[in-house]
Amino acid sequence: MKRAKTLVLAVVLVLSLVLCACAKDSGDKKGSSGNDNAGTTNTSSGPIKVGVVNNPPSESGYREANVKDMEAVFSKANGYDLKTAYSLKNDDQLQAAQGFITEGVDYLLISAAETTGWDDVLKKAKEAGIKVFLFDRMIDVDESLYEAAVVSDMAKEGETAVKWLLDQNLSEYNVIHIQGAMGSDAQIGRTGALDEQFASKKMNKVVQQTATWDEAEAKKIVESVINSKASFNVIYAENDGMAKGAVAALDDAGITHGVDGQVIVMGFDCNKWALRELLAGKWNYDGQCSPFQAQIISDIIQGKKTVTSKKIINEEKGFDAKSLTQADIDNYGLGE
Amino acid sequence: MINKLKNPFRNGLGQLTIPLIAIIILVVFNLIRDPSFFGIEIIQNNDGNNVLSGNLISIINGASELAILAMGMTLVTAACGGQDISVGAAAAIAGSAFVKILKSGDSISGGKVLLAFLFACVVAMLFGAFNGTLVAVFKIQPMIATLILYTCGRSIAYWINGGATPTVTSPIINAIGSFIPGIPVPTPVLIVVIVGVIFKLVFRLTSLEIFTQSVGINGSAARLNGINSTFIKLLSFIILGVCVAISGSIGVSRLGLINHETLLLDVEMDTILAVAIGGNNLGGGKFKVGGSIIGAYVIQMLTITLYAMKVSSTDVKAYKAIVIVLLVVIGSPVVKAKFEKYMSQLRAKKAAVNTKGADQS
Repeated sequence: MKRAKTLVLAVVLVLSLVLCACAKDSGDKKGSSGNDNAGTTNTSSGPIKVGVVNNPPSESGYREANVKDMEAVFSKANGYDLKTAYSLKNDDQLQAAQGFITEGVDYLLISAAETTGWDDVLKKAKEAGIKVFLFDRMIDVDESLYEAAVVSDMAKEGETAVKWLLDQNLSEYNVIHIQGAMGSDAQIGRTGALDEQFASKKMNKVVQQTATWDEAEAKKIVESVINSKASFNVIYAENDGMAKGAVAALDDAGITHGVDGQVIVMGFDCNKWALRELLAGKWNYDGQCSPFQAQIISDIIQGKKTVTSKKIINEEKGFDAKSLTQADIDNYGLGE
Repeated sequence: MINKLKNPFRNGLGQLTIPLIAIIILVVFNLIRDPSFFGIEIIQNNDGNNVLSGNLISIINGASELAILAMGMTLVTAACGGQDISVGAAAAIAGSAFVKILKSGDSISGGKVLLAFLFACVVAMLFGAFNGTLVAVFKIQPMIATLILYTCGRSIAYWINGGATPTVTSPIINAIGSFIPGIPVPTPVLIVVIVGVIFKLVFRLTSLEIFTQSVGINGSAARLNGINSTFIKLLSFIILGVCVAISGSIGVSRLGLINHETLLLDVEMDTILAVAIGGNNLGGGKFKVGGSIIGAYVIQMLTITLYAMKVSSTDVKAYKAIVIVLLVVIGSPVVKAKFEKYMSQLRAKKAAVNTKGADQS
């Protein structure tokens, strides 16, 4: 009996301590934001509170750059108070968004894991007067529920790349097409434009296989084409890693590639290491998939940019090995 | 004497019958489909070396990581009666550790590559020991124990290097992943041979093979006979760790790049399959490492055959599954027993006919 009593007492003690700590913590936070207020004299309302719901940086080089960009733009120095939540799971993301709404952020930025299930949360945000921006990925909700969506147009990325390829004026196009994970946005977008060329017989499809973003698988696919003695002069890989895998197969087989090579090599994503391959003339083309949406959103928040259409397409470039400069690599390259 | 002749399946190749038949069927099938399928030629690669090229080389080369993993997995299977499903994730960790050392400092020297490889080995052995401790000491089922690393391994691999796809470029790494100048055989193939010889030597010179078998057949009986079964199980996981480090390092060297999400993706399933196709009992006990190696080449030959037939890579897995179901069912004890019964019936009939014939004459 006595034992039970001490146990209860201990539990109560611990709990009260925890509560105290929490209270103290929030108190501290208030205090610090107050200090910030004092520091930034021109803004009367204190820093703008921004909650970002994103995929984790470990997802890809793209996401890593995306997360870093968000942190850089929505920094304290720029007058923001940034809170972030990362998950690959839609449910976790929904909970995090809910949390940000309860906490009372001013803006909610979302790159959703899945396109569905966001209705309720976004309605709640609207009721609470929180403005929502979507970035990188669209969500299946009514347009009225968000301020703007800053996204990449994957289909346009494919079109830009295919247009570049047509501009090379080859006498014939025998293309090895290595696709990303089937059904992903990037795969559908980047495949579309090339499929049109295959359909209109302007380009000849040697093989079209998915390597599900796997470099080693891409190498195997190209190896099997080489072993079958089929002739080809273009490799269109839907990301940089797979292009690297394909090139490894070419190197083993003694087939030259890149500028002045037998085979044109095309990749996507603009990793720094891939752009360096371009600069060395070993690859020919790399299509950008820009992870830099933060500045556009920040401009809208601060009234520097007005929203004319809710869907804002992030401008994306395609780089040609012949015109690429080191400055381009520094400015647009992802990773290290 | 007569018995021996009449029952080749019991007294001949035994365990290796199924994988060898599978290879023969695949070879014959490919030869009918395309007589030049196994043609090998010598070409000059972009580094200016004369190297072997062709489907056969692609198969033997491409199966290297799988074959090495299958050797280690056979030991774990035999000792613990279960499989390690974390080898792919662990290989991503080992590969990341390999890259971590390579990327420290500026230039990549031979000594540094060796150091990086040894570091990868230590890391992989530690994770192997972690799995092994859960299995051997805490008696957790291998699949559950290794599920932990399977789930979190690729995240750990990410933490080691940060960036999603760090690259390493060096002639030495290129030599490990593709060809050593002057040697026309792909280096990964040579590494498989070396690892295989080491396994053979260890079995020859130590009692590891017999100890592993006895632990797998009956752990407590082995213990009563003075074998430390906990240690043997732990050891099997640590040896698998070394195999994982070798495979991971080869995988990285092939492309000079590590993608922690896709390096040796789904290899654990292929590895377990290789062990199963090799005729090893997945419940532990007697084993043949050679069978698992052949199993690995069967799987790779199947994949390359399907690619050569231009089967869409999304469908490849389904076709592979069909063939593997057939192989596993044919190799199952039930079918084997039925087959043997049928054979003995046939023999009895023949004997009856023979005696009848003898009576008539």
